[in-house]
Amino acid sequence: MLAGLRVVAIVPALNEEHTIARVIDELRAFDSRIDIVVVDDGSVDLTADVAAAKGAHVLRLPFNLGIGGAVQTGFRFAFERGYDLAVRIDGDGQHEPAQLPRILEPVLRDEVDVAVGSRFAGGKDGYRSSRSRRVGIRILAGVVSKIVGQTVTDTTSGFQAVNRRGIALFARDYPHDYPEVEATVMVFRHRLRLVEVPVTMRERGGGRSSITALRSIYYMVKVLLAIFVGLFRRNVVPQEGME
Amino acid sequence: MTPIAVSIAGALASFALVVAVLELIRRRRLQERYALLWLVTGLTLTALSAWRDGLNTIAGWVGVRSYPPAVLFAVGILFILSVLLHYSTVISRLAEQNTVLAQRLALLELELRSQELSGS
Repeated sequence: MLAGLRVVAIVPALNEEHTIARVIDELRAFDSRIDIVVVDDGSVDLTADVAAAKGAHVLRLPFNLGIGGAVQTGFRFAFERGYDLAVRIDGDGQHEPAQLPRILEPVLRDEVDVAVGSRFAGGKDGYRSSRSRRVGIRILAGVVSKIVGQTVTDTTSGFQAVNRRGIALFARDYPHDYPEVEATVMVFRHRLRLVEVPVTMRERGGGRSSITALRSIYYMVKVLLAIFVGLFRRNVVPQEGME
Repeated sequence: MTPIAVSIAGALASFALVVAVLELIRRRRLQERYALLWLVTGLTLTALSAWRDGLNTIAGWVGVRSYPPAVLFAVGILFILSVLLHYSTVISRLAEQNTVLAQRLALLELELRSQELSGS
């Protein structure tokens, strides 16, 4: 399905030495022509070595930048190396490369610039989690849907496919603190097209979620602030694509 | 009781702080993560200035009888101290990261130069 296209998989990873090899193997099994760039966000384990041994490009950040800075490093790589398409997939194994066609197809048909795999789209709920977290996810999704004028159900999904326009934007400007939520709003402000497609995700293979139940409320306040700030902030102008 | 002029001046000045912080964020000259404390400072001072009964009550709690606006100063100073302390931690982290960057750059230059030498 990817004939003639240069595709890169951006895999942000923080201390995922136990899962990163499987993610890379599964990506290769899906399509061996996909280049893989693992962005090691300051891991203290063997994540970078394992990924390099598997033959992936490894960008080793000298210290922890946080998920936003790590993912943007991947998009900068994709932009500068002139990739047509980027998929983002987490290094902890919760996203299944076998489900890549679902998020790739709308982008390949040029219907959208960004496709996001959602655990909750289509009325399904392929995800188990604590109650406070569910409520939080629902409130955030409601607020974001209102702002962008389109139903968004999963604002924290890091399973995405992005075309050249999206790569150019994200290489130039990517939110630091709550990238998935803020990037959704940003995409709409730049009049890029976004669609959610239903996917299922696995239980996290290793590592821990950055959102614990106790911090949910503080998290919500900060995310909402970030969203509203993002609405009023000036837009940046993406660079023209370098071919 | 707080003089009304003090309440108005205090509220206007604190509100101006909030507006200035928001404008700096909008122009991308201030990141939200460093703005949160400033916003809380501005909003708290605005509220304490405008809510005159509240200021008197709080002044009563802390034993300030003669001049309630002194509480405004105290709260303001407290917030300024927190902002400064927060910045000290931020600067410490930046200094540490800067060291790491310089070290990595030096290693990278060495690597590059030795590759050039072996290549030529």
